[in-house]
Amino acid sequence: MVAFVLIGIGLVVFTGSIESMGRYGIKFLFTSDWNPVTDQYGAFTAIYGTLVTSITSITIALPLGVGTALFITEKILPKLVRETIGIMVELLAAIPSVVLGLWAMFIMEPFIRPFLSGLNNNFGWIPFFSSRPGGPGIAPAILILVVMILPIITSIARDSLNQVPSRLREAAYGVGATRWNAIFNVILPAAISGITGGVLLALGRAMGETMAVTMIIGNSNNFNFSLLSPGNTISSMLASQFGEADGSQVSSLMYAAFILMIITLIVNIIAQWMVLKLKLKY
Amino acid sequence: MNNKDNTIVSLENVTISYKSQPAVKNVYLDIPKSKVTALIGPSGCGKSTVLRAINRMNDLIEGCTLKGRVLFDGIDLYDKDIDPVEVRRRIGMVFQQPNPFPKSIYENIAFGARINGYSGDMDELVELSLRQAAVWDECKDKLNDSGVSLSGGQQQRLCIARTIAIQPEIILMDEPCSALDPISTLKIEETIHELKKDFTIVIVTHNMQQALRVSDMTAFYNAEQEEGTSGGKVGYLVEFNKTEEIFNSPCQKATQDYVSGRFG
Ligand SMILES: Nc1ncnc2c1ncn2[C@@H]1O[C@H](COP(=O)(O)OP(=O)(O)OP(=O)(O)O)[C@@H](O)[C@H]1O
Ligand SMILES: [Mg+2]
Repeated sequence: MVAFVLIGIGLVVFTGSIESMGRYGIKFLFTSDWNPVTDQYGAFTAIYGTLVTSITSITIALPLGVGTALFITEKILPKLVRETIGIMVELLAAIPSVVLGLWAMFIMEPFIRPFLSGLNNNFGWIPFFSSRPGGPGIAPAILILVVMILPIITSIARDSLNQVPSRLREAAYGVGATRWNAIFNVILPAAISGITGGVLLALGRAMGETMAVTMIIGNSNNFNFSLLSPGNTISSMLASQFGEADGSQVSSLMYAAFILMIITLIVNIIAQWMVLKLKLKY
Repeated sequence: MNNKDNTIVSLENVTISYKSQPAVKNVYLDIPKSKVTALIGPSGCGKSTVLRAINRMNDLIEGCTLKGRVLFDGIDLYDKDIDPVEVRRRIGMVFQQPNPFPKSIYENIAFGARINGYSGDMDELVELSLRQAAVWDECKDKLNDSGVSLSGGQQQRLCIARTIAIQPEIILMDEPCSALDPISTLKIEETIHELKKDFTIVIVTHNMQQALRVSDMTAFYNAEQEEGTSGGKVGYLVEFNKTEEIFNSPCQKATQDYVSGRFG
């Protein structure tokens, strides 16, 4: 059944995109004009946006999430604090993404703007920070993704850490390991397979996240390296344009959707492979 | 206590509680140096609890508290400025279930030594420890295989080797043979006989024959309902003496009943 639905969706998206594929071929991936007036389409801006938002947000959320999980499972904080953090993580996961999007637009983005300006002033020579921030953009989208995937990474990391048998912890402490020795040399390696699975799941989520990102990323198809300028992701491009698109624009959107599916598929395959590869027997 | 000079660890009026519910009460015990001391007694009387108190493993259990003093070479191990990590480096432990690290056999030994600041020849230490734990012959050709790939008995001897490698002064063993077949058990007992030359050993066992075979001293614990409470049983030390005395002419009736197998 699942396979059937999956293949069905894949086929629909694929047939929808044939026209655009025929017209642009592989060039679609590397050009960034997206102009319904002249009927020129290239998805590079959206692909760049998808990859850069998802990868950067994972890079930020991973240490935060695993750190939080360690604080909870390794009894580093008093019980009350640990439980409070645990509940807050779950509440965070329950916030609808449209609410997060609103929060990002009206509160978070104005709040971080001075900081982003500072980045531009001091590090403007780095391509990623080379434009003046103003309103929606890729950077606030990254931050909102961090907020959204943090609960996923934290809860999966927490479950993986909880599954590390206590006799392994005892073994580590029993040979005179400090808490950090035990965590970095024994406990994390035993949980790494599960954590990796969680990270790749979160990566899939980050690439596919639509609502909040669409609200804050600026939906601009003009390519700019800078994270401080508006951009687009494949998902938000689909969401914001599909309603009023026709003809070859629909086909190009389908083509972009097809690319997103392929990227997600690749991430998933890598995920499965890494989970197996990193699995320790104990 | 005329042999105080030979005492390496001494428990003075130790009471250990889990979440304010005492598990063992008022234990006095002087563990002699370079001897094997066995702790015996019915299940749930607090043998493991006492054993784990000696190297502060109980610190890892939330809500476990200790009253009284545990002296190691005259130093109170529960003093505020004692680092439990340091305690565990000097008092090693072998657990009931073999628990090798999911690392190579070599790493299983090297890990503890390395974090303890060992700077000598690691290959040499690995070989020596495995030899002392009588598992070298079975491991020498596959030092890079995972420690988990060994049989249960070999795993347990690997765990003993790992403990030896950190060069502790005392080795605590909590029913090290309970998961093993008779042949592995005998091998481990032989290992214990060898180790006793260099280390002080405290072993918890349910096997009377084993206590007789390996130990010099035996402590018998029992548990009974606290008077005037509805709570669980509380363990206490009944009798502590030379192993022959405990098995042949115990002072207490409960000891007599237990060692002769006439116990509930
Ligand atoms: N982690 C724990 N949390 C709460 N209570 C515990 C814990 N560990 C042990 N206890 C309690 O302490 C008492 C003594 O347990 P302990 O494990 O020391 O017994 P034991 O003599 O080693 O028994 P066995 O021979 O079955 O291993 C028991 O009543 C047990 O319920
Ligand atoms: Mg026990």
